[in-house]
Amino acid sequence: MNVATESSGGGEGLLEAPLIIEYAFNRTTGPVIGAFVTGLRERRVLGIRSADGRVVCPPVEYDPQTGAPLEEMVEVGTAGTVTSWSWVSQVRDGQPLQTPHALALIQLDGADTSMLHVIDADGPEAVSTGARVRIRWAEEPTGAITDIACFELDGGAS
Amino acid sequence: MTTEDRRDRSISTLPDGLWTQPTPSVPVDLGDDPVRRQVVPAAMRYNYSPGLASTRFLRGLAEKRFLGERCPETGEVYIPPRGVSPVSGLPTTEQVEVGPKATITSFCVVHIGFGVNAPPTPFVSALFLPDGAAVSLYGTMGEVPHDEVRIGMRVEPVWVDDDQLTESMENIRYWRPIDEPDVPAEQLKGHM
Repeated sequence: MNVATESSGGGEGLLEAPLIIEYAFNRTTGPVIGAFVTGLRERRVLGIRSADGRVVCPPVEYDPQTGAPLEEMVEVGTAGTVTSWSWVSQVRDGQPLQTPHALALIQLDGADTSMLHVIDADGPEAVSTGARVRIRWAEEPTGAITDIACFELDGGAS
Repeated sequence: MTTEDRRDRSISTLPDGLWTQPTPSVPVDLGDDPVRRQVVPAAMRYNYSPGLASTRFLRGLAEKRFLGERCPETGEVYIPPRGVSPVSGLPTTEQVEVGPKATITSFCVVHIGFGVNAPPTPFVSALFLPDGAAVSLYGTMGEVPHDEVRIGMRVEPVWVDDDQLTESMENIRYWRPIDEPDVPAEQLKGHM
């Protein structure tokens, strides 16, 4: 844990200082998430086939319905369809984009579930459910979910 | 890669077979350096205000003074003050300067340090009861071998240089022994 403080102000009012409590969790990825993020490093997206044959992406280790371990990862597309979205007009620190953007559920081609990510678009009027989007990759992939920098609209101005 | 390699290392210390993850087939070549671990930072960013009483305390520290506040019912002086007595719940209204000399009420020899400002190990972290106060301040000991520290030992704070003083507990670099007889543990009852 890292706690940083910095005093401010020498006047008569209340003292105030930034206080940052930060944990650098070191997590093991396991074989499924490990393969998923390794795939992202290679600019490929992997899902996993569930017991009823549907493709879950991002992949999960156990079947969402039965809890059985899943055995077959499958590659899905790097483009997909918006299934739901909302517009983020006020951006906060730590969000994937520092400009107003859409927060969206995106069903990649070949997948039966949607993943949550952001779309870099000019404004809410540019985004719609059913819109086609594609991955914009990070310039320097590291093997993390952030290797997907964001999604952009197919043929869009962004 | 073998199944053995793919197990979580820390979890593999559990009884065999208790926790093994499935190793699914992967349709693409992921190379010979798959991702196994990730550092995932999580941060909470606050804009912290210590409140009126602790602001007074911190301003005192900037002048190398310990300013506690007195409980109107019991007469005990609490430091750092929080504005109310932890015993009676009544507001503390009288400011009282305590210390800077103090007595060790409890200590611990630290062999595994953590944090960016941890001194070299082994070091002693301790609770220091400033003269006149009812409760102790936390800090570290210096200028004494760790195996010579004891409860009842008399100490004083070593401050940073005057031009480094801020409204912060970090004004105290560490505490060191002073040439005064130990306080008998009996007298520290209720303050440990």
